Amino acid sequence: MALAAEAVPEVRHPLTPLRYRVVGKRRETEDTVTLSLLPLDGPIAMTKPGQFNMLTAFGVGEVAISISNDPAADEPLEHTIRAVGAVSSALCQTPPGGAVGVRGPFGTDWGVADLGQSDAIVVAGGIGLAPLRGAIRALLERRRPTGKSHLLSVVVGARNPSQLLFEEEMLAWQRAGAHLQVTVDTARPGWSGPVGVVTDQLARAPVDFATAAALVCGPEVMIRYTARTLFDLGMPRDHIRISLERNMQCGVGLCGHCQLGPWLICRDGPVFTYDLEAEAILASRQR
Amino acid sequence: MPDLFPQPGGDGGAGSKPARVVDRAGLDAVIRSLQSRGYRTVGPTVRDRAISLAEISGVADLPQGWHDSQSPGSYRLTPGADLEIFGWAVGADSVKRQLLPPREVVWRAGAQDLVPHEEPAAGLAPLALVGVRPCEVAALGILDRVLGGGRVTDPRYASRREGLFICTVECGSPASTCFCTSMGTGPGAESGFDLAMTEIVEEDDPRYLVRVGSDRGAAVLDEVESQPATLRDEAARQEVLARARTRMGHGVVTEGLPELLERNLENPRWDQVASRCLSCGNCTQVCPTCFCVSVEDITDLAGTVERRRRWASCFEVGHSYIHGGAVRPTTRSRYRQWATHKLGTWHAQFGTSGCVGCGRCIAWCPVGIDLREEVSAIRASDGMRALAPRPGGG
Ligand SMILES: Cc1cc2nc3c(=O)[nH]c(=O)nc-3n(C[C@H](O)[C@H](O)[C@H](O)COP(=O)(O)OP(=O)(O)OC[C@H]3O[C@@H](n4cnc5c(N)ncnc54)[C@H](O)[C@@H]3O)c2cc1C
Ligand code: SF4
Ligand code: SF4
Ligand code: FES
Repeated sequence: MALAAEAVPEVRHPLTPLRYRVVGKRRETEDTVTLSLLPLDGPIAMTKPGQFNMLTAFGVGEVAISISNDPAADEPLEHTIRAVGAVSSALCQTPPGGAVGVRGPFGTDWGVADLGQSDAIVVAGGIGLAPLRGAIRALLERRRPTGKSHLLSVVVGARNPSQLLFEEEMLAWQRAGAHLQVTVDTARPGWSGPVGVVTDQLARAPVDFATAAALVCGPEVMIRYTARTLFDLGMPRDHIRISLERNMQCGVGLCGHCQLGPWLICRDGPVFTYDLEAEAILASRQR
Repeated sequence: MPDLFPQPGGDGGAGSKPARVVDRAGLDAVIRSLQSRGYRTVGPTVRDRAISLAEISGVADLPQGWHDSQSPGSYRLTPGADLEIFGWAVGADSVKRQLLPPREVVWRAGAQDLVPHEEPAAGLAPLALVGVRPCEVAALGILDRVLGGGRVTDPRYASRREGLFICTVECGSPASTCFCTSMGTGPGAESGFDLAMTEIVEEDDPRYLVRVGSDRGAAVLDEVESQPATLRDEAARQEVLARARTRMGHGVVTEGLPELLERNLENPRWDQVASRCLSCGNCTQVCPTCFCVSVEDITDLAGTVERRRRWASCFEVGHSYIHGGAVRPTTRSRYRQWATHKLGTWHAQFGTSGCVGCGRCIAWCPVGIDLREEVSAIRASDGMRALAPRPGGG
């Protein structure tokens, strides 16, 4: 491929991506890779953890993928992608030096900056840890343990130990002061950690639930039960933030695919506060 | 509701300038004047025995003498010998197709460098719509909010819309499927036009009472031979509108509708309608406000990559597909999404109803499902819950 930089037109159609070059590729699990990307022609606007981009595998298609690092850090844009179908597989197969298309950043972010000094608990299921990785890093930057309690608690669930993302990095989070709980649905020989769903772990997280904030991402059922459990543990609704997922074809509120009741997830989310309205919306099936 | 694409110099309502009256030749002169100003003129024509919007060169292209009859699942257009030009209600085609084409190439990228080159959009030449109904003008107002009122606007829609000249014709011939009065969009035209006409058919040739909605509308009308409207003309207009209101089908009670639907998501009526609905998506295709599109990337044999955008429908199973399956796998969930979006959640999303009451979805539904009836059935059984929770919900 001949990938020379090109002048970017002033005004672009919202469905036209910018080309980014794959400058690094790290295999996380059997089916998941993290791509490091640098702009070929010009960068997208500054992003915040929790926001997402639309990534194009040229000729195959375009899908929504969260930003998986802290964009404030001085490093290439990172996306952690699980190969589940045509487009995500093609993205995962893009070789270093190859080009992908990037549109974004879109949607609401985790709002890490306004968490202040209060305790935070991050709860992730499966690939849901990817959009939280940047937030965890930002939270660790912002707060050092005072010795009183763990200010950042990370609860991670995966289907089995081989599906765990960012294993080495999790240890680094721990060294930096985060309290870490990892659980799997099905253990394998050699697994000494807990087995079961993340919600079973929550009560043991060393945070003050009455004042802490929670960031939750994973499959929708897991989000529903986690948010409810946190609420039952005494966390106020407006301290619980969840990130939701729907089919997305545009990212900019123009295609209609990402509707969930009164929301366009790409525009009003993906990060929402778990208020009464959100709980009611999540309670209705097939919506 | 503020106009996002105001007609230049428009005061949002008629009345700043006194109304005038033109005859058939005057109507023709309006079309010619628009053409001489560089507009492509598009208006109602007869195609495949239905009223359809197409390019017109003069009044002779308009559907004179044609009359329709519509009912749930049925649309018939028949020719007549009379001189009435606008003696019909809307056909399947709507203004949506003029501003949001069913298919569009957004960009192409060469196999080697993969640089996306945007495809020039079609239909950006200034367009004048002549003879569209007030419900169509209202539908444009809704599309304006959806495609032009958010943080990101559809640039092609916006450029087609900005130059758009609208000469609406008030409705004297609603069908039994029409319910614009209950949605507040017709049969009269209140705002959003450059010129608004009312066709008055008495014993002699039809005449057209013309009201001015904008400076450019006034400029066009100035070029055309016209008479001041008399009190008799004004009274005749009121009579046309009054007759239209009585000929209209039954309506929808809109009071508290979003809340009604929101608390009835498990009403058994959704199962009942799902047993009739074919999930064909006709209703979404003909609806002038349904804006959903899908984005598709295609590679040809030479490796050229093309990004296309096409009309989509929430009745397609893939519309809600995420890894692991569709969010709305059943017809029940898809019909419910469509109806509750149109009449309910559209308000939260865009600050307006998503329905103008044009009745297209009723006439063009192959099994004659009537949105109005579904809503009144929900209202009548308000609060009833389905017997068992649905299996397989995510
Ligand atoms: C806001 C947001 C953030 C996301 N972040 C990540 C991330 O960080 N990492 C990651 O691996 N995945 C993420 N996903 C999920 C990812 O978009 C899907 O896995 C991807 O679309 C699958 O596409 P495919 O063509 O490979 O799969 P196929 O199963 O072949 O899908 C076909 C089409 O269906 C749609 N689709 C399928 N699955 C999903 C899905 N889960 N969500 C939305 N649309 C879907 C897409 O339009 C796709 O092109 C995110 C989704 C959303 C909405
Ligand atoms: S929902 Fe039916 S009546 Fe309402 S605008 Fe759409 S097609 Fe017309
Ligand atoms: S309501 Fe009628 S037109 Fe709409 S999808 Fe169902 S069968 Fe088709
Ligand atoms: S992704 Fe297109 S409207 Fe949200």
